[in-house]
Amino acid sequence: MIGKAATSLLFCTGVILLATCSVAAQQKSSCIECHLKLPGELGDPARSIKNDIHLSRGLSCNDCHGGDPTKDDKNAAKDRTKGYLGRPQTVDIPAFCGKCHNDASFMKKFNPALRVDQEKEYATSVHGRLLKTGNTKVATCISCHGVHGIRAVSDALSSVYPSNVAETCSKCHSDAARMAEFKIPTDQYAKYKSSVHAKALYEKQDLSAPTCNDCHGNHGAAPPGITSVANVCGQCHARQAELFQASVHKAAFDNKGLAECITCHSNHAISAPTDQLLGTGQTAVCVSCHKQGEKGFAVAGELRGMIDDLLARIDKSHQILDRAERAGMEVSRPKFELREAIDGVTHARVLIHSSSTAEVDKVVAPAVGITGKTYQAGIDALAELNVRRKGLVVSLFFILFLAVLVYLKIRQIERRQPA
Amino acid sequence: MTVDTLKSWLDERLSISSLGYAAQKKEVPLHRQSIWYYFGGMTLFLFVVQVVTGILLLLYYRPSSENAFESVQFIMTEVKFGWLIRSIHSWSANLMILTLFIHMFSVYFMRAYDRPREVTWVSGVVLLLLCICFGFSGYLLPWNEVSFFATKVGTEIAGVVPVVGKTMLRFLRGGDEVTGATLTRFFGFHVAVLPAMATVFITVHVLLVQLHGMHVPARYQQTHRRMKFFPNFFLRDLIGWLVAIGVLAALAAIFPWELGVKADPFVPAPAGIKPEWYFLFMFQTLKYIPAKILMFDGEVIGIMVFMLAAAVLFVIPFINRSPEQHPRRRLIFNVLGGIALLFMAVMTVIGYFA
Amino acid sequence: MSNITAGNTTGTRPDRTVELTSRRRFLDYLLGTSALATLAAIVYPIIRFMAPPHVVEAIQNSVVAAKLSELPPNSAKIFKFGSKPGLLIRTASGELKAFSAVCTHLECIVQYRPDTKQIWCACHNGQYNLNGENIGGPPPRPLAEYPVNKRGDDVVVNRA
Repeated sequence: MIGKAATSLLFCTGVILLATCSVAAQQKSSCIECHLKLPGELGDPARSIKNDIHLSRGLSCNDCHGGDPTKDDKNAAKDRTKGYLGRPQTVDIPAFCGKCHNDASFMKKFNPALRVDQEKEYATSVHGRLLKTGNTKVATCISCHGVHGIRAVSDALSSVYPSNVAETCSKCHSDAARMAEFKIPTDQYAKYKSSVHAKALYEKQDLSAPTCNDCHGNHGAAPPGITSVANVCGQCHARQAELFQASVHKAAFDNKGLAECITCHSNHAISAPTDQLLGTGQTAVCVSCHKQGEKGFAVAGELRGMIDDLLARIDKSHQILDRAERAGMEVSRPKFELREAIDGVTHARVLIHSSSTAEVDKVVAPAVGITGKTYQAGIDALAELNVRRKGLVVSLFFILFLAVLVYLKIRQIERRQPA
Repeated sequence: MTVDTLKSWLDERLSISSLGYAAQKKEVPLHRQSIWYYFGGMTLFLFVVQVVTGILLLLYYRPSSENAFESVQFIMTEVKFGWLIRSIHSWSANLMILTLFIHMFSVYFMRAYDRPREVTWVSGVVLLLLCICFGFSGYLLPWNEVSFFATKVGTEIAGVVPVVGKTMLRFLRGGDEVTGATLTRFFGFHVAVLPAMATVFITVHVLLVQLHGMHVPARYQQTHRRMKFFPNFFLRDLIGWLVAIGVLAALAAIFPWELGVKADPFVPAPAGIKPEWYFLFMFQTLKYIPAKILMFDGEVIGIMVFMLAAAVLFVIPFINRSPEQHPRRRLIFNVLGGIALLFMAVMTVIGYFA
Repeated sequence: MSNITAGNTTGTRPDRTVELTSRRRFLDYLLGTSALATLAAIVYPIIRFMAPPHVVEAIQNSVVAAKLSELPPNSAKIFKFGSKPGLLIRTASGELKAFSAVCTHLECIVQYRPDTKQIWCACHNGQYNLNGENIGGPPPRPLAEYPVNKRGDDVVVNRA
């Protein structure tokens, strides 16, 4: 018994010692030891590396920069003839990271699910193409991912965690001075922050809400082509995109060089759409192209009219049913049925992307039918109330008749009685 | 087996013949003010209506904050004639308080509380307070928005009374706020505590009335005629009660008592919240009192004044004795009574339209 | 010589008495019958009031959603639960499941798709699996699930 306990204790101690040794062996890094003693820029890498995902996977300075971490002598450790690479040039950074990250069989050892084409994608991006021309002002791997304290994308503190991406991009893209030579606007971040997507991501903490990279791509970052915006938005807004692409607007937009989806909904400052966006009113987007007299103008007006009409009918039904309910009538079934009509409104608001009154009518017509039924149910309930009143009149008649009879009885009795 | 055999059987066991004898002897004085004699019986009749409809409602009502509103809605919509029973209960409550006030004021002005009827008067004032409590507790039971806030305001005012106010408030509310605990407690008061007390005091009150007979105002002492209670006055009472039934049924059908929306403790009070009409005159008066009188809180002063008035009500028979020797006192009391009546009426009207 | 005395207008005393008696009896008869009628008019609503109504309880804590015989495997039915819609599914393996049919996105009524064997919302292509969990599209939360019991051929869904 004691023998067994002693053996297991010995075993455990041995394992711990071994682990510590291996860690110590792993941690023998003259790079870090020396650079930790240095101030400022020279010492920062050593200080921030402790959070780095590469370090936690057993990789160290030499795995990227080359050199010999076992040597304490600076020249021996940083011998260029022995493979020391030093600090890479900005234009070389993608290839520097790509040394490992392009190698499928190498990456497999760490995360089999990771993609290995980031460098290739990057080359197609605006950043990559400009970098090739020698412009070092553009973003490279380290601009977004950090350089020595790189965290995994799934780490909430990572600069490329979904809720941090927009801020990371805006570090350059909101800097007017920096972006001046590229001649693109710098208000995207501000606009995005006001959007309904940002609200979902930051306030509702919905990590599936889109941020910069979801529409623009992360490594192959580029604005989507005008004719393919619907595909991008359609990743989530599938139904609307599908309807749009089957509608007359697709060809019209592509021909006119109008960006799909964005023309009506904006690209960065996307706000929650309301019925006001549709139709021929001042706030409607339809009238920015369609003028009075055109078919499009008429259709826009019709679509808005259909929805407004349905909403008005639903409201009417609601009011009469509420009235009946407050008066004490049982109307839970018509109220239940009214929900289907409300469904119709939600559905119609999606179907307007087909720009076809026939399509929208397919859901609006049955909904209108339902509101007709529910309104009638409300009328019936109030009529039943009236029946009660009539029933009352009858019973009142009997009661008063009885009262009169009692009065006559009194008269009769007192006529016989002496005063 | 004849009626006579039955009568003598009952008489041997229950002594009913003496009761019958007394009933035959009972007389009602007839004079110009006899019409006011109907109002006591009318109030009692409406109280019986309340008991009957109340018991019926008890078969379906659930006194918890989750279920109360739904159960009343259930009564109104699913139970056969539930709408009728519930509306009658609500309307009859109001009608009863109205007839109660008429009864009280008529007794006051006719000085029917004079010796030997002082205890009858005191028991009557107790009944008045009990009925007010009935109204206040019953009003909360549907647990709708209006009743929730009316109860909140009402208990808040009770809490303002110095010294005992806080304790009273916690006792009434079953806690610091109006919650489901308040509802359950008010239900207990409404269907058990108050009915028990009312039964006792009604018995005392009615027995005393039988004992002393009807009071006749001084000026008719010599000139009034008499009418037998059974069957003459009673049949007249019956006509009144039949008309009351008719009125209640009409009110239930034409002005059904609304259910409103379910109470939500976290929603702010709707604008223009006011209590039932019989509290309105006090509510409106409190609104007119300035926030501060000398160094005291205006509201507290107002409430103390009302409480003082209620206390005075109890002792009226003892401070207004032998008016024949003090004719000026009689005039003062009449004038004061008139002013009180006018004040209550005017404040109620203002409160209603404000 | 007139025989007119107070109250006497015509005929002899016995006739008048007979007339008065019959009138009195008529009045009594009317009084009796209408009193009875009024009493019935009061008692009838009270009796009806006391009889249990069709829907027995105020808050619907459970409802018979469907009959087992009318629900083949891999099919579903929308039923009324209080004032809200519910979805009763009989899966392909015969299991019974019930959910709130109100989509957690924008409150459209969801449906069961026998082809994908998932719950689907037609409004914005929201998808839920057979545990009610939101697995695709915009819905942010799962559908509330209700316990289901069988009572003979009746399928009973409870609130909690």
